[in-house]
Amino acid sequence: MSHFPEEILEQIFSYITHRRDRNALSLVSKTWYDLDRRTRHSVSIGNCYALSPARSIERFPNVRSLTLKGKPQLVDIVNWVPRNWGGSVDPWVVALARDCPDLRELRLKRMLVSEPSLLLISTSFPDLRSLGLIGCHGFSADGLSAITAKCRFLEHLDLQKSVVGNDSGQWLSSFPENFTSLVSLNFGSLKGAVNVDDLMSLVARCPNLKNLRLNKAVPLPTLPQILLRAPQLVELGIDPRAQHIDPESHNRLYEAIRKCKSIQSLSLSGVLPISLCCQVHLSAIFPKLISLDIISFIEVRILGFINLLKHCHKLQRLRIVDLIGDEGLLVVSSTCKDLRDLRIVPTYSNPPVNRYVTEEGIVAISKGCPLLESFQVFCHQITNAALITVSKNCPGITCFRLCLHQRQDPDHVTLQPLDEGFGAIVQSCEGLQRLSLSGLLTDQAFLYIGMYAENLETLSTTSAGDSDRAMLYVLNGCRNLRKLEIHSCCFGDNALLANLERYETLRFLWMQLCEVTLGGCKFLAKKMPLLNVEIIHGRDRDQGDYPDDTMKIRTLYVYRTLNGPRADAPNFVWTL
Amino acid sequence: MAPEMGKKLPESDVTGQNLTETELTLGLPGENRNPKSGDKRGFSEIVDKNFEDDKSDEAKSPTAKKAQVVGWPPVRSLRKNIILKKSCKYVKVAVDGAPYLRKVDLEMYNSYQQLLGALEDLFSCFTIRDYLERKLMDSVNGSEYVPTYEDKDGDWMLVGDVPWKMFVESCKRLRLMKSSEAHGLEPRTPSKCSSTS
Repeated sequence: MSHFPEEILEQIFSYITHRRDRNALSLVSKTWYDLDRRTRHSVSIGNCYALSPARSIERFPNVRSLTLKGKPQLVDIVNWVPRNWGGSVDPWVVALARDCPDLRELRLKRMLVSEPSLLLISTSFPDLRSLGLIGCHGFSADGLSAITAKCRFLEHLDLQKSVVGNDSGQWLSSFPENFTSLVSLNFGSLKGAVNVDDLMSLVARCPNLKNLRLNKAVPLPTLPQILLRAPQLVELGIDPRAQHIDPESHNRLYEAIRKCKSIQSLSLSGVLPISLCCQVHLSAIFPKLISLDIISFIEVRILGFINLLKHCHKLQRLRIVDLIGDEGLLVVSSTCKDLRDLRIVPTYSNPPVNRYVTEEGIVAISKGCPLLESFQVFCHQITNAALITVSKNCPGITCFRLCLHQRQDPDHVTLQPLDEGFGAIVQSCEGLQRLSLSGLLTDQAFLYIGMYAENLETLSTTSAGDSDRAMLYVLNGCRNLRKLEIHSCCFGDNALLANLERYETLRFLWMQLCEVTLGGCKFLAKKMPLLNVEIIHGRDRDQGDYPDDTMKIRTLYVYRTLNGPRADAPNFVWTL
Repeated sequence: MAPEMGKKLPESDVTGQNLTETELTLGLPGENRNPKSGDKRGFSEIVDKNFEDDKSDEAKSPTAKKAQVVGWPPVRSLRKNIILKKSCKYVKVAVDGAPYLRKVDLEMYNSYQQLLGALEDLFSCFTIRDYLERKLMDSVNGSEYVPTYEDKDGDWMLVGDVPWKMFVESCKRLRLMKSSEAHGLEPRTPSKCSSTS
């Protein structure tokens, strides 16, 4: 192997793109490490505080596509920190602007992006093709205008879930007249109203536009005209939520969507009227769809809609509210044989409606859709038997998230804990990477997880387990674990401190409202200098008076880092 | 979201200011009020508790004075603002499943502990299971509620994480959220409601 010419190795490496495989390659020998270093173009950093920008650019000087994540996304919680928590991209942008002018793709998730940073991005990377600001904040529409005006070859602009200040839509009008390279544009979460004429002109002059997601400020009556100018669209997302419900406009809208012959993915927020005319159009659109997202209903005639689902033969990805009930799931299971990804979310309504999903619907799905890979469901009741059936029918599940209406409900038939059900899931679904637990669970469930969930990377649990052993089963057992989120469990210092080295192999540990004490956290911080131990406890760190080491900490966020404590932690975050 | 309806309590003064949460008892202003029955604690008792528990220097006379003048005699808001030296920050409190909202003045309290105690009084069907855990349990149907608030960025946050003063400053309204929703599968976005037909 030592005589293998580098050119050939380089050629071979160019076929190996997955991060994990590349990481493995780099461990073989110094030559391979070096070669991987120089040829790695796509880099993803899951925690922007884990290492410094300088260090990562030094390791991968030829990076062309960088993904950076800031604030961890916790699966099952409302926002756990205010926006000024951190995750600033500024030092990264400065370093990249200086050292990586060839950057083509930048994806930032849940980061604080300041206006100067955005301006710097717009001028530093002439070859930028793709910019993703996902769940970001800290910048205004003027910064965005700089991007749209100056990035001449921009193909992808993704602003989903981001918050933009001073948004009057001017950023869209800043695309120059000769700008034609757009392939995908997602501004669904933005609040400001873009100029409709400019939008239409933009859509008309970009022949490669495939993915378009509009925000709710785009007036419903103009949508057909926009779509008329982009008949080649493959993915469409619209949100006419707050607008006046005019049946004729809806009819024209669905007629226009129908004219987009290549449409495969549809995301609709708002009203989904089921007048007869609309039904005709939708029943022509639905058979083509691979992905359908109809989570945000305002009003829906549910039975009519369930009928429409019978047309979705090709569907692989579905996001829907639990309003469709078991009845709707039965239709999905008999129609969508190719379903890979199903997400059922709760219907937030007051007073609560009486239609929801139970274990019957879930079992029906598992029977009808054996190819299921991602199953995320909010339901009102579940049984161990149902979970066992799901595990047998869908062994290919890689992401399983169950959320029960009442957090600690047992099996509603036997009143037993759900240990056996989840045990079956982890045992049968060998490729399971992401698991979110719910319901009444004892240490036994965690024992099963530790024993069987070999590929598990993310585990989140709320109010489960009887003792510290539960947490230890997981920490000791799941060797691929990277992210552990624990909320309101009885785990204390003994669990926290039993396997200290493990935390260096995790991306992070997050514990809230558990039994860990200040003293325990201090001990952890002292013993493991390569970890940042951050505490949030409803107090300013300057306040000083944390006298009591036996005090139980509200929120603990522990992550590995080569960079030491972060300099930008706000006052309410205390790094031990 | 639940529509806000004024609830007519017999002893309350239903005005736009929504002073309904102050527990009025019979007696002249300035008197120390003793609770008539064991159930509801008089407002001044909460205030007294503030004085005991808290060592901060915010426990000064304007607060006590407020306990006396608010509600009786029925002063108009203008005069009330002149009398009160302290600012007040009223926020709505919604409880999932309850048909009406209440209001509390966050400036009346000095810690999360006190606020949650007051909430317990307002919604007397709840018992606070554990102050430290800051969970609320509905003693009627056993479902758990999580105190959350909407901050000035429009995000829904868990009550108790940021320092108290920061919380008072940034809190726009409170919501006792059903824990299944706090731990649900979708981040909470406002205008979501559904109806079937």
